[in-house]
Amino acid sequence: MKVSLEWLRELVEIELNGEELAETLTRGGIEVGSVESLSEGFDNVVIGQIKEMEIHPDTDKLWLCRVNTGAAVLTLVTGAQNLLVGDKVPVALAGAELPNGTVIGEAKFRGIVSQGMLCSAEELLLDQGVGLERSEGGILILTPEAPLGENLADFLGLKDSVLDLELYPNRPDCLAMVNVAREVSSLTGAQVNLPQWAQAEKLGDELDLPQAQDVKIVIDEPELCWRYAGLIVEDVKIEPAPEWMQRRLRAAGVRPINNIVDITNYCMLELGQPLHAFDRDKINGAVHVRRAYAGEVLTTLDQVERKLETDMLLIADEKSGLGLAGVMGGLDSEVTPATKRLLVEAAHFAGVSIRRTSRRLGLRSEASNRFEKGINPYGARATLGRVRELLVETGAGRPIGYVDEVSYLPPLPEVSVSVSRTGDVLGTEVTAADVKDVLDRLNFLYTEGQDGFAVKIPSYRSDIQIEEDLIEEVARLTGYERIPTTLPAGDLTQGMRTLSQEIRLRLRQALIRVGMNEVLTYSFTRPGADRKWGKAEQAIVLMNPLREELSVMRTSLSPGLLDVAARNLSRRNTNIAIFEIGNVYLSEEQTLTQLPQEQLRLAALAVGKSERHWLSIPVDYDFYFLKGVIEEVGREFGLSFNYKALTEEDLLHPGRSVEVYLGDEKIGFLGELHPLVAKEWDLERAVVFELEVQPLIEQAGTTVLVGAIPRFPAVQRDLALIVSKETPAAAVMAKIRSLGGELLQEVEIFDVYTGKPVPEDRKSLAFSLRYQSLARTLTDEEVNELNSRILEGIQQEFAAEWRK
Amino acid sequence: MKEEVSRIEGQALAELAQAGSLEELQDIKVRVLGKKGSLTAMLKQMGTLSPEERPALGQVVNETRDRLEQAWAKAAQSLEKKALALRLEAERLDISLPGTMLPHGHQHPLTKVIEEIENIFLGMGFRIAEGPEIETDYYNFEALNLPKEHPAREMQDSFYITEEILLRTQTSPVQIRAMEKLYPELPIKIIAPGKVYRKDDDATHSPMFHQVEGLVIDKGIRMSDLKGILLNFSRRMFGPSREIRLRPSFFPFTEPSAEVDVSCMLCGGSGCRTCKGTGWIEILGSGMVHPRVLEMGGYDPKEVTGFAFGMGVERIAMLKYGIEDMRLLFDNDLRFLRQF
Ligand SMILES: [Zn+2]
Repeated sequence: MKVSLEWLRELVEIELNGEELAETLTRGGIEVGSVESLSEGFDNVVIGQIKEMEIHPDTDKLWLCRVNTGAAVLTLVTGAQNLLVGDKVPVALAGAELPNGTVIGEAKFRGIVSQGMLCSAEELLLDQGVGLERSEGGILILTPEAPLGENLADFLGLKDSVLDLELYPNRPDCLAMVNVAREVSSLTGAQVNLPQWAQAEKLGDELDLPQAQDVKIVIDEPELCWRYAGLIVEDVKIEPAPEWMQRRLRAAGVRPINNIVDITNYCMLELGQPLHAFDRDKINGAVHVRRAYAGEVLTTLDQVERKLETDMLLIADEKSGLGLAGVMGGLDSEVTPATKRLLVEAAHFAGVSIRRTSRRLGLRSEASNRFEKGINPYGARATLGRVRELLVETGAGRPIGYVDEVSYLPPLPEVSVSVSRTGDVLGTEVTAADVKDVLDRLNFLYTEGQDGFAVKIPSYRSDIQIEEDLIEEVARLTGYERIPTTLPAGDLTQGMRTLSQEIRLRLRQALIRVGMNEVLTYSFTRPGADRKWGKAEQAIVLMNPLREELSVMRTSLSPGLLDVAARNLSRRNTNIAIFEIGNVYLSEEQTLTQLPQEQLRLAALAVGKSERHWLSIPVDYDFYFLKGVIEEVGREFGLSFNYKALTEEDLLHPGRSVEVYLGDEKIGFLGELHPLVAKEWDLERAVVFELEVQPLIEQAGTTVLVGAIPRFPAVQRDLALIVSKETPAAAVMAKIRSLGGELLQEVEIFDVYTGKPVPEDRKSLAFSLRYQSLARTLTDEEVNELNSRILEGIQQEFAAEWRK
Repeated sequence: MKEEVSRIEGQALAELAQAGSLEELQDIKVRVLGKKGSLTAMLKQMGTLSPEERPALGQVVNETRDRLEQAWAKAAQSLEKKALALRLEAERLDISLPGTMLPHGHQHPLTKVIEEIENIFLGMGFRIAEGPEIETDYYNFEALNLPKEHPAREMQDSFYITEEILLRTQTSPVQIRAMEKLYPELPIKIIAPGKVYRKDDDATHSPMFHQVEGLVIDKGIRMSDLKGILLNFSRRMFGPSREIRLRPSFFPFTEPSAEVDVSCMLCGGSGCRTCKGTGWIEILGSGMVHPRVLEMGGYDPKEVTGFAFGMGVERIAMLKYGIEDMRLLFDNDLRFLRQF
């Protein structure tokens, strides 16, 4: 809502300037988005008249204009093609700094000096409508009456400041100047000077006109139309509205059109009631408020033929549609220069219906906006009274009667507020006098009781329905700063994370500890991005995505990590070790009827190697690196994972990928990308894993059982074996363990080697074995015997050779 | 024989003086004082002396031995000192070189800020509640006093999956879920961090972002308590000298409602670019829980009152770390992430 300060001052006696008023309103809960001074940028912009025009000698694309500015005759060069000799135009003199920021000086155009600039409406940030129709696409052409040499801002009345209110949905009343004035009065204590028409619910027969007998209104849809009032006008004379009215409309962002349209818009801005004028001579019989018929068509004011649907509310006569209720009038019943008689509509339509229609047709207007937010159903006749007054005052027409069909008027609520409860809720001392003062400032009627007030809520404050609403009025009008600072009663014990929350926290920390970087990607992705990573058939699709790349809920985290890796590589961040903990979304249904599964996952990706450093050899970010990361997760939670080779896999490298198991439960995968898949992301190689987190949470060890520290010395033996290349090291290790029995405390693999002198199809594995007893010191003999038993067993099982 | 002893002593002292290493010293010790050493040999020759001469020579030899041992110890000490000095010199490092690179990853600034917020509220006795990101219309809107067709629904443009199921636009549905789960427990003191989704995408909006919701319900909860909790939070989050101010606002699920500003952490309140010259920065929305919402959650608004608040994590992270474009938070450029 754009509020002209000049207009507002007529309705409430305030001395505040625009900025001060903005601050006051904002502190009172009416947010002000901006305060705009309309004359800014118009210094040195004056009205000139074109005396002569000739084509630039060097190019027929430019005109040389001799322009009289009153004080001088200047030569101005322009590329615009819409000018005629005699036109009144805005001239920016050298030194002007236009509203759009352009600084004007003398400039040469192909050798000819332009002593300033002729301006378009765009350059002045003005609406085309301030000028003649010929202004379209060229220089702004002013009305012939514009006084030569006058400052353009003075002429257009741009002296005003305009406050742009950003209203919350609970205060649609402030879409009317009179209610803004009331609000300002409540906040500042300033006196209001409201027209009598602002007292909507008090109004009885003040229209002082007869009820029209020859105009019949039929509300066929009482649910969607609570009220339909109309003013009957004769002897209409269409001409421009008075300048003061046009100026106020422009300040409010509404384009002046003619006296009739302007008066309806002006009254709407002032009182909040949208209005529409029909040419009464185009109306055949009774006026109906009904739903559109299936297949019905209406050509609206903007000359577009609209196909209507049966839930759209239509104003129609007995033959055809006259207009879309609350949204846009019909072309046929439009007020034209030839119009002689009017029906001016002031109706109450249901916001829901108006919103649906305006959305569907893509038509939004000041009127539809007000209906959507909710208007005062009591205001219709009062507003027509104001229309009548202005019609008479400006000589635009002769009101002769009215109609007013009411299907429903909601009763005005009486809301009680307790003084003690107000204090209890706010946590501050509140007296009856405080509440009374607030109610007085709001100009609400009330009766005082034992511990409070019964308040009659005026029709324009439909947001006040319960006691808490009045408590808020007390709080905001006495100032939120009056509320003290306390803490809730009761003891303050430390809160705690649940076990699951704690484990998720530790999981993140464990990954960061080993050098992984956390990323966060969107939960939605492009269709097909998940391919076989996730479960495309279980993917959830958004009905109204922002764009296609963000239209499907992810079923896997891996593609997001790949996107991040590819983006980083393209920016030459070559070494990447990242992870994300987040949900994937899986549906069992084609069309969701209940909430889908949100499954928490941990995924990681690694590309490149650890950063170079003078002391250490960089670690390759390969399969074993991420396997190490998984093992670190296992250590953190006392879990051991099992791995099963994944051989039939077109996403992962068949020789470098595994399924990851926790016990018997498959919880995810780990592997290097298949080269063909890596190529899709422009990657040479990359390794990823993705695990479900819930199984980790369920099985994570919460306590560590400390083993005894052995008192007897350990005996260390190394064992180097040559086995076939295909033999899994883990299998050899498991065999060693089983052969070693309980005296074999630890087996570790410390070297894997292929290449000379090891034969090509074989590899060398080196293990270190630690023998130890908790009960006694082992003898060399017994260790040697055990060691050779292990060796024999391994040689048999794996056809291993012993490498000395 | 005495002459021989003193000759041995003289020579040994000279050798000790010249010895350049502990090995040489040891060698001298063995040659002179050892079992087969020259001085020891003198004692063995005592047999050739008369019994009267023996004590005198014995004394001379023993005295000489003591002296030599002292001299030896001294020489050894000085050599050790020299050797140590040499070793220390030889082991001098280029202390300007960087230290060993230990693995170190980085936490995303958003989860970092969430964790920090959680810890502050845990310290004030709150628990952490959770709820689904894909929500029903009922929990996301209706139970929060936003019936279908309520104009306030337009404040948030939502992503729908069906007419009844959508991506939650706020963490507020967790308020209702928590009340339903905990009823009739009192007090309720929870925060609910999480992802939320709205149809916006520019430098200050992201279609996915994070909020932390807070809810306190008990008998006799006052708006001043809300102010106290949020002042505590703001000071721990943004510094001990921060102040807060409440401004009237509107949320369908609170009444009265308040926008909360914190005094600017960059200029201290004198006005700067970040606070647009006002000295205040809006950080969260809050209010007293609307009676209808308490009812929806199963509680009797005549018996209990409560307050609720919600803050945008991205905004807090941007303020805290001086990030100007929200999109950086989801771009995941490692040069950005490594700064946290
Ligand atoms: Zn500041």
